[in-house]
Amino acid sequence: MTEKKNLIEIRNLTHRYGDVTAIDDINLDIQENEFFALLGPSGCGKTTLLRVLAGFETPDAGTVMLGNMDLISIPPNKRPINLMFQSYALFPHMNVGQNIAYGLEREKLGKNEIKTRVAEVLETVGLSDKSKSRPLQLSGGQRQRVALARAIIKRPKLLLLDEPLSALDRKVRAEMQIELKRLQHEVGITFVVVTHDQEEAMSMADRIAVIAKGKVEQVDFPVDLYERPKNRYVGGFIGDSNFFDGIATSAGIINEKLGLMPGNHYGRNITGAAHLLIRPEDLRVAQEGEHSVSAKVQDVAFFGGASTIILTIDNHPTTVLFSQPGSTSIQRGSQLQLTWDAQKAIVLPSDSPSESNN
Amino acid sequence: MQISRNRKFNSTKLGWLRMTMGITYFFLYVPIIALVGMSFNASDSPFTWNGFSTKWYGVLVNDSTVMKGLSNTLIVAFTSTFLATILGTALAVGLHQYTKSSFLNAFALAPAIMPDIVLGIGLLALFALLSMTLGLYSVVIAHVVFSMAFVSAVVKARLSNSDPALREASMDLGATRSTTFFKITLPSLTPAIVAGALLAFTLSLDEFVIAFFTNGPATPTLPIIIYSMVRFGVTPEINALASLLMLVSFTAVIGAQRMTKLAEAQS
Repeated sequence: MTEKKNLIEIRNLTHRYGDVTAIDDINLDIQENEFFALLGPSGCGKTTLLRVLAGFETPDAGTVMLGNMDLISIPPNKRPINLMFQSYALFPHMNVGQNIAYGLEREKLGKNEIKTRVAEVLETVGLSDKSKSRPLQLSGGQRQRVALARAIIKRPKLLLLDEPLSALDRKVRAEMQIELKRLQHEVGITFVVVTHDQEEAMSMADRIAVIAKGKVEQVDFPVDLYERPKNRYVGGFIGDSNFFDGIATSAGIINEKLGLMPGNHYGRNITGAAHLLIRPEDLRVAQEGEHSVSAKVQDVAFFGGASTIILTIDNHPTTVLFSQPGSTSIQRGSQLQLTWDAQKAIVLPSDSPSESNN
Repeated sequence: MQISRNRKFNSTKLGWLRMTMGITYFFLYVPIIALVGMSFNASDSPFTWNGFSTKWYGVLVNDSTVMKGLSNTLIVAFTSTFLATILGTALAVGLHQYTKSSFLNAFALAPAIMPDIVLGIGLLALFALLSMTLGLYSVVIAHVVFSMAFVSAVVKARLSNSDPALREASMDLGATRSTTFFKITLPSLTPAIVAGALLAFTLSLDEFVIAFFTNGPATPTLPIIIYSMVRFGVTPEINALASLLMLVSFTAVIGAQRMTKLAEAQS
């Protein structure tokens, strides 16, 4: 996995809209053939980054290299990059086949070659019988496939997808997640997907860049992002989490009210103010004599596969989530002694997120 | 139960609406029906019915003054529509793509809203200042000025409903700016452009005030001729002429409406 070559190298990229810094000194490598996700809340700059890659925004500073090609000096219509728009942007006055052929016609390819390739790509996205339909006659999922077909037919080096699943309903979205991943393997194009939906990013992407306020907080594999977040922001953004504040010690943190809370530094040797992150599924009911924290059950919610128990701890400002597989016998109003595996609780520095670096 | 009650409620409500609508249409169309009816009058007087005849249409066709006026009007209408459509579309696209200034947008619409007499006098003053001789071409220029504003208003409405990502998608797929304009922007605007053109055509066809100010004495347009004929009394010939003009305007307006509907259905 790590032997892969970089396809895109982004260095010190900065872009402002008036007083607002949309992207702030971003450095990022995107590897060949990977499914890469830019994940962040709306307004974090991920879409701006995408538009810089597509060529619709010229950044104020920094470079974007594709191989030894300086992308920024190349206009969007000359870049070996295609974008699948959030609104799909299908041309309403053309049918599906014409929409898909548009990119190839701009390359002045022969009629026969265009025809063959359009048929091929329609086959790939499973819309062979819709070639003559107008975009308006299609369902949301079908439109998305057309948009995808139109973007991959030019065989770009890089395919950008702007919130590709946001316009679809839940069921179609789940299908398309699997479909997109399959397609990416099949066509062998590097995909960069922009999304605010962490589940979407976690389930589809090989690697994820978490972006906040125009900065890259962490780039990692989905599992590492969840298990080894580098700072409180990433820990809170990915998955459910319980945070405790305190002063770091070698064994964990010391919380003012709850005393020593064991945790793992993951070799970072954090000092001073710190947070302890415990995932809901890493909590468990303590055995007699174990180090534990006393908590009161506020509510119990059952989701079929797992139960989530909402707890309050005296002198702790926020509620705590505790999840158990399957159904649970824990009753609302009861008192619990909770403990956790020190190996799995993560000690995080309390620096403002963007300043923390390893 | 629920359904039948609703239906009854709706029908009584519609009954009132129907009556109001009927009265409105009656007031609107009785004069027009009278006009068309009287154009088939055999009598020499426009006010007494003397039996059916198409003779006034014959008189009309043989009236060289009227025919000259009609040809002048058609020349002006077609030329000004052609120019106004191109310029108005360009204006709309330019305003849409390159400015966000509501000030400039308002100014683009001004000639359409401004009283005709102001525009007429203004243009006459301008032509005089430039020592231009007046003729059909000065009427064309004048008509282009206000028709352009109408065309651009219609096209702009269409543009503001269109997805800005369409142009970017075209560029992204390898098209140049001009290819994008001709292959994507223009086709998606076609219904609005046609509607704008038809509007410009009908406006120019019966435009009197501005033409009156900006025309030369040798090339009167049809509305000016009709005006001077009316001063010597209304003959059924005028009814026939007015009926024909109405037919042309109606066709154009209905065509424009169709196109706008088509445009809405597509967006």
